[in-house]
Amino acid sequence: MIYLMCLILFSVGLYCILVKRNLIKIIIGIGIVEYAVNLFFVLVGYRVQGRAPILAKDQVIQNMVDPLPQALVLTAIVIGLAVTALIVAIAIKIYEKYGTFDITKIRRLRG
Amino acid sequence: MMNLAALPVTHNLLPFFVVIPLGSAFLVSLLGKKLRGFPDTFSNLTTFSLLSLSLLSLSLIKRFGTVVYRVGGWIPPIGICMVLDSLTGLMLVTINLIAFIVTIYSISYMKRYTAKWKFYTLFLLMLAGMNGVIVTGDMFNLFVFLEIGAISSYALVAFGVEHEELEASFKYTVMGSIASSFILLGIALLYSYTSSLNMADISRTLTQRGGGQVVFFVSVLFLVGFGLKAALVPFHAWLPDAHPSAPAPISAMLSGVLIKALGVYALARIFFNVLGMTPISSSIWMVLGTVSMVIGGLLALGQEDMKRLFAYSSISQIGYVVLGIGMGTTLGILAGLFHLFNHATFKSLLFLNSGSVEYATGTRDLRKMGGLTSKMPVTGYSSLVGSMSISGIPPLSGFWSKLLIILALVQAKHFIFASIAVLVSILTLAYYLKVQRLAFFGELKGSLKGVKEVPLTMKLSMIALSIICIFGGLLLLPGLQKNFLNLATEVLVNGNNYAQVIFRSIK
Amino acid sequence: MNKKTKDTGMTLIVKTITRLTVGLILLYGIYIVTHGHLSPGGGFAGGVIIALSFIHLMLAFGKDLALRKLSEGVASFFENLGAIMFLTIAILGFVGGYFFFNFFFKGKPFNLFSAGIIPLCNIAICLKVGAGLFGVFIALVLLGIDIKKE
Repeated sequence: MIYLMCLILFSVGLYCILVKRNLIKIIIGIGIVEYAVNLFFVLVGYRVQGRAPILAKDQVIQNMVDPLPQALVLTAIVIGLAVTALIVAIAIKIYEKYGTFDITKIRRLRG
Repeated sequence: MMNLAALPVTHNLLPFFVVIPLGSAFLVSLLGKKLRGFPDTFSNLTTFSLLSLSLLSLSLIKRFGTVVYRVGGWIPPIGICMVLDSLTGLMLVTINLIAFIVTIYSISYMKRYTAKWKFYTLFLLMLAGMNGVIVTGDMFNLFVFLEIGAISSYALVAFGVEHEELEASFKYTVMGSIASSFILLGIALLYSYTSSLNMADISRTLTQRGGGQVVFFVSVLFLVGFGLKAALVPFHAWLPDAHPSAPAPISAMLSGVLIKALGVYALARIFFNVLGMTPISSSIWMVLGTVSMVIGGLLALGQEDMKRLFAYSSISQIGYVVLGIGMGTTLGILAGLFHLFNHATFKSLLFLNSGSVEYATGTRDLRKMGGLTSKMPVTGYSSLVGSMSISGIPPLSGFWSKLLIILALVQAKHFIFASIAVLVSILTLAYYLKVQRLAFFGELKGSLKGVKEVPLTMKLSMIALSIICIFGGLLLLPGLQKNFLNLATEVLVNGNNYAQVIFRSIK
Repeated sequence: MNKKTKDTGMTLIVKTITRLTVGLILLYGIYIVTHGHLSPGGGFAGGVIIALSFIHLMLAFGKDLALRKLSEGVASFFENLGAIMFLTIAILGFVGGYFFFNFFFKGKPFNLFSAGIIPLCNIAICLKVGAGLFGVFIALVLLGIDIKKE
């Protein structure tokens, strides 16, 4: 059931990328899609009645959540940050050259 | 410490394919602003050492068979492993050879742009990403290196910040990040089904438990994600904008190696070795390949921009490769891999030619050019060699690989696909003849009277690539073919036995 | 001189609170980095917090004062230094026989000085991420100023 919510979030982000006309809204759509995929990946590692997978000095190893997806999602978040930084810089430069954020007016390459 | 005595020294070769470009990228970024000639010489030294290491690795494979390297000493499937088998060897040689020639070319070409050290940093990062994708044996490591290569290429397409390049780079980045999200979703689903990330371990678990609907959904997700990186037809819309807008050496790298290393190699590795090739996926591959061939070829006929025509032609030729590999038979995979190697050489040659035409005349429009061979002989004749090779004229290398693909199709009784392949080959000849007639032969236009030949390093790289084009057919000689191409084919034909080979090679 | 610093940046209340808390944020970031092998956090999270302390300084006081504390050249230098340090630690693993091998002495678990090369890797990553994020922010701010001038 929770996984269905993740996929609905994914499709909301995809709708945002495909339909919206403003450059910044497309970038926000990319962000939503990445959040949805990361959330799905973390939820894959959930175990019922599990606790946080941190080992302290006086604790017994029992019933922890899966720690591997958490490490992988950390990496994926950093990758998403890098793509967002790059695409925002490109969007600022596009505004400087074309004078608009509207994607229907930025159509010099065609054919 | 006992492991150091047990392993021969050359086993430690594998991590260096990633460490050397990464280290030199950051060293160039640190010291490149202050020392003048440092970025050029250091990058060329780096790519030359990578080329010699990849040739050395071929001899290593012949001595030891498949080499599996455990990173950090952790035993797979707990740790990450790096795998060097013959398919990896073929891709390594292709990528590092083209990278070396392109860095020699860009010594003179990039003088037109400011901040050469930024170019070399991004270029070496992209090379590190591509090498990492080929060498790794772990799914999430594949994703990380895929992203490193892709993000560097997004930045490189927008390198000269003009109107069209920024627009092309924006489109490429948006579509590329959607593809990466699909790939990550596929990896998450695969992890939830098999609870492991190592490629050999996933393959073993899937053969034991059987596939089912999850594997079908995951294979569709991977096909969409990696298909967008490889520019197969429903997902090709970014390529005709992105490849012409990049500087010419980067166009050669993007069209020649990036769509193959990130797209076709990853698809082949996952579908053949990890998920297992079923008849349904085989026919989907062949249909996608054929549609790419036809649509790429038809759209290339009407182009007037030289680099845009070459970009559409790339889509068409990748269709050939996917058609060949998708057949699943031994001859088909051999033909597809040989065409992959050939296409890397002649497409890079053609893009480098268009770069030198742009360097000398300042335009890319075919209608404004004419009769350039009289003023620029090296460019003209190497372009002739490249165009004849890609159209499939004997005895150049392209003829042999296209002949093998058509023979493999006929042998597997796919007669419709074979006739479409022959027709598209004739179409390819048509539009390359158009380029040759409009740009290089014919009479010299008045505005072009003052053009000169390009500098020495650019000439050297173009001559080197045309020599490889001419003698590429020799790879099919029985001695060479047995060592180089047949071994690579066997890895893919082996399919799910990949897991057993890996687990046997772990000492 | 006083009039100039009063004009840029935000109001007096924000500036006073910033003077009190920026050092604490930096210290908290360093704590998260060095205890990365004992509690959640590690290199990336700590690096982000350290970058945030510099960005906080820039938001409250204006671009010039923040650039005086950490200019673009120094940020770029630290970024490259972090990456090269990380690669050097990985290559030094060859001493133990494998790439990236954990060759340092590992003390008793759950102490601060334990777990081999992991704290050193955390410090390298913190340098790279902190300087990198601050550099990205500076680049975007400078790009925006170029546009406003036209």
